[in-house]
Formats: sequence, C-alpha cells, structure tokens
Amino acid sequence: MQSAAQYLLEDAGEGGQRLVLSGHLTLAAIGPLERALRTLETSVTAIDLAEVEEIDTVGAWVVLRVAREHDSAITGASPEAERLFAALRDIDAEGDTHPHRLPMWERVPLAVGEKVFGARGGVYGVVAFFGQILIAAASLLRRPRRFPFKALIHQMELVGVTALPIIGLMSFLIGIVIAQQGSVQLEQFGAEALTVNLVGRITLRELGVLMTAIMVAGRSGSAFAAQLGTMKLTEEIDAMRTIGISPVEVLVIPRILAATFMMILLGFFAALMAIIGGAVVGQFALGIPFFTFLLRIQEVVPTHDLWVGLIKAPVFGLIVALAGCFHGMQVHGNSEEVGRRTTMAVVSAIFAVIVLDAFFAVFFTEIGWG
Amino acid sequence: MKVNAHPDDGQPVIVVEGLVNTFGEHAVHDGLDLTVRRGEILGVVGGSGTGKSVLMRSIIGLQRPSAGRIDVLGRCITESDLEQGIGVRRRWGILFQGGALFSTLTVGENVEVPIKKYYPDLDPEFRAEIARYKVMLTGLPEDAVQKFPSELSGGMKKRAGLARALALDPELLFLDEPTAGLDPIGAAKFDRLTRELKETLGLTVFLITHDLDTLYEICDRVAVIAEKKIIAIGTIPELIATGHPWIEEYFNGPRGRSAQATHMRGDSA
Repeated sequence: MQSAAQYLLEDAGEGGQRLVLSGHLTLAAIGPLERALRTLETSVTAIDLAEVEEIDTVGAWVVLRVAREHDSAITGASPEAERLFAALRDIDAEGDTHPHRLPMWERVPLAVGEKVFGARGGVYGVVAFFGQILIAAASLLRRPRRFPFKALIHQMELVGVTALPIIGLMSFLIGIVIAQQGSVQLEQFGAEALTVNLVGRITLRELGVLMTAIMVAGRSGSAFAAQLGTMKLTEEIDAMRTIGISPVEVLVIPRILAATFMMILLGFFAALMAIIGGAVVGQFALGIPFFTFLLRIQEVVPTHDLWVGLIKAPVFGLIVALAGCFHGMQVHGNSEEVGRRTTMAVVSAIFAVIVLDAFFAVFFTEIGWG
Repeated sequence: MKVNAHPDDGQPVIVVEGLVNTFGEHAVHDGLDLTVRRGEILGVVGGSGTGKSVLMRSIIGLQRPSAGRIDVLGRCITESDLEQGIGVRRRWGILFQGGALFSTLTVGENVEVPIKKYYPDLDPEFRAEIARYKVMLTGLPEDAVQKFPSELSGGMKKRAGLARALALDPELLFLDEPTAGLDPIGAAKFDRLTRELKETLGLTVFLITHDLDTLYEICDRVAVIAEKKIIAIGTIPELIATGHPWIEEYFNGPRGRSAQATHMRGDSA
C-alpha cells in the first residue's frame, strides 16, 4: 500500500505559513489530505512540493486549488508536476455534476403543468397517429400490390402461432381452476352439474378473450413498442422515410392486422383449452365423463356467447397493437425512453381492454345476449 | 518526484503471445503476437473485419481467447476472471467507439462512476470537482458536465467518453477509433489532445484507427493486422520498407499520400 499524502505547516514569517506536502499525492491516497486542506484556517503563502514522491492530476488539482484560495506560491515542483499544473491551471471546476434540479415548490407545479400540456400533446399525437394509419390504409387499398404480405405473415406467426403454447397452457389451467372452485361453491346448492354452464359461458364470453388480450399485450404489444422504439433510435425509420417508404405502411399496418386477426383465433383457442381443462376436472373430480362434459357444453351454452367472445377479440387485438405501435413511434432520445414507452404501451393496452370489456358486458346484456 | 510512477523505460505494458480467437469455424486471430511498450502511442491498423476490435476486447478481458496468453501491466488477463477485479482495471481507461456513455447519467456523473466504484470514501463534493476538471481537461465546455449524453454531438460524446476513461488517472489508455465520425478540425483537435494528455500524464496509448492523419501525427509505432496476425510493427517508414503489398497499398494509396504530404508540411513549418 502506498504511504498516504501528508502535510505540515511551517512558519514562513509575516503571519503566513508554508505548507509542506509529502508522500503520494494520487487519487488512491489523497482523500484524507483533501478533507484537511479544505478546512485549513491559516493563510498559506507558499506550498512546498519538494518531498512529494508521486503526483497525478488529482494531486495537482488539490495543490492548485489551495494555491488559488490562498494566493500562494508553489515551490519545489518537478517538471512533470509543472506540466500537470500547466494543463489544469485554467480550469475552474466549482459546481455540481448532477442535472439541474429545481426546489420542490417549483418542481411540483411544473410537473403538473407539464402533464396538462403533455396530455394535450398526447391527444394530438393519438389523433395524428390514427390519421397516419388511415392514410396508409387508403394508399394500400388504392395500390394493393404494395401491401406488405410477407411482413403480415411474419407478424401473424410471431403474434399468433408462437403464442399458442403459453396461451394454451394458461387457459387450460384457468379452466381447471374455474371448474374446481366453481364446483366447490355450487356443491352447497347441490348444483354441481351447473359447473358445465359456468365453465362454458364464462370462458367463451369473458375469460378466454380477456386473458388472451392481457397475454398478447404482454407478449406482442411490448415487443411492438420496443422494436419500433429501437428502430426510431437507430434512425431506421428516418432512413425508410428518406427512401420514400412509409413506416406506417410497412411496420404498423402489418402489426395491427396481425394482432387483430390472430386475437380472434387465439381467443377462441383459449376458450377451447379452458373448456378442456374444465372437462378434465369433471372427469376426475366431479364424476362427469370427459365427453359428456363437452356435449353438455353444446346444450347449455347459447351460440351468442361465442359471438360475444369473437366480436370482442379483434377489438382487443386492435387496441393492444395500436398502443404498442403508437408508443413505439413516440420514442425519441435515449434507451431509457424505449423502456418507458414499452411499459406505457402494456399498461395502457391492458387498462383500455378492461374498461372496454366492462362496456361490452353492459352492451351485450342490453341487446338481449345475456 | 515522479508522475504516476511509470517512467518511459520502454518496458512492455501489454504482451500478447500466440493469441487465437475463433468464432465457430472462422478464426479471426491465429497465433498473434504483440508487445506494447511503456509510454508509447501504438496505432493498430488493418482492413475491416481483420479483428482489431476483437484484439482490443481480448486485451481488456471482454473476449476470452481460444488460446494464447495476454499480460497487461504485469498481470495475466487470460487466466483471471474479469468480474472478480484483477487489480488492473483501475489502472487502465477505455474509450469505446461510440463513447459508450451511460445514457441515464449526466456527463459528470459518468466520470464519477469509476471514481465512486474504486474510491467510495472520497467526499462527494471532491468527487464532483474531480469529475468536472476531467471533463474540462478534455476540452468540453463547462455546461457539458450537467448535460445528458443524448444532448451531446458525436464529437462531444467522444470527449466525454475520454473524460470517463481518464477518471482514475490511468497508466494505460485504450482508444477504439477515436476520430471516426469527427470532422477534420475536430479530429485534428482530438489527435492533439491525445498527444498532450499522453505527454502530460505519461500515458501508454493503444489506439485502433483508420485515420491516416492520426497515424502520421501522433503514433510512435504502428502495428498492422492482416492474415490473422500482426504482420508488421514499427514506425511508418519501417512499415513501408517491408514492401508487403497490403501495407504498400495502405500507405501509398491516394489517401496515404495526402496524409503523408500534410505531415511533411507540418514538420517543415
């Protein structure tokens, strides 16, 4: 270990003192010395460096600072130290390294105000985004040969096919839980047989589609936001624009169509898997044979329950894809923004899906599909 | 009294012996040897894809070589684990190609990161002061200290990255294409800064570059990577004297000639 930096004060006459420094004036050893020199009370007229063994820029900086504060002369410096002094002499480094931060009583109103104005900008951004999508859709309708079929198929695979295992497993387990928990409650009324109604109706109407939408928001909505956000940061999207390719046409439209269409299939698939999960519980816990359970589903579930699910599914898919693409396209600045926007995409998509689901529930009951 | 206790004694600072790097079937380096002497600026050149960056990553321990031995500052990199602090990391500084600044921290806070990591007992105000003078030492204006990397231009990011590389007063500095993407004035300033810092702080510099002006102006020696090895190392006249066709084309091409002419004019003026 290096010997620490040390200091000594000698009387230099005329009320002044000579500061004699020794040891290693380096970043590794200078901490305590720097603290002591900061609170030096006496006036220093000269600084003697003849006994310093080693000095780096940090040591030179501390020496220069003391010399500046006390207006003292530096003696005994080696040529190397002189070179360091020459490099550092004109630098004034008083101040802070952290970003500017306002006092709290200014920061809070500022944050509130920025949110209010930001909300206006957000609404404008959403409207502009819808406009871009409509324009892109119209131009694709006029020139269908430009339609990005390959990208659409690729996105359908990513959003739909590769999601099958996880959504299937999730729905199967949900079906098991609903059947098992539902039968425990219904047993109290001696109505275990109604477990079939419970599982069939709730999965086709509500849970199949809702849980799938949440899963797709987490899987694909976040991926959309992160992909588009990264492409904005790396200027890929700007590059497309300059070549004359509309990023909305080739990036956003395929994703929205893929999510909308695949949500229908995934939602239906999820309901099927949940019913199978319920039937498994029926077979092993309720004494209802597997195929009897499935046949009963056909009898007790009205067809409009299927339609309720199938109508909601594409709407939820559209919302998830819109949120993902919108937030992705809003990214600018740094990588932190990609993470922030991805979070916002998922949170706002799930929130919108659940709110809309409540409206759908009321609506379908009112039109007699209860 | 001495600066940083590393005199220009010509002792080797980096020794690479028999380095082999393979990615799958493809060998990037095959039996590469290289020695970097204390106190020199060594330029490393080579065509695109010849493994200049892979060589640097191997030396700083980010890329574990398939075979061979690398010693840096007297310690063996290839046999130690980078994560477990091998004691040389506080003695070197690295400037990555894009600056590689931490985007969520200000420039000043970026420079503070290594200081905080290795010297946590230092007063926060003193640490901030060190960070500020380091930033200004690299020629950035004072208000850059509190800016975020996204608010800086490419050249300023490089300077900020250099400030972070210099945070611990290193003996050894790695620069990966420091002047790439800078305008000629900025590039010349950066070259001068590198030279000045090397002379003031007594640094050894390992420099990867494509910039012929940089090679002529500031490099003491130049190493040429080709055919998976260092095919030649020395001053530029020594390299040209080897008569290797690639070196010939590199230094005697139109760009090489104009850089040489500029260098000659600079010397006679």
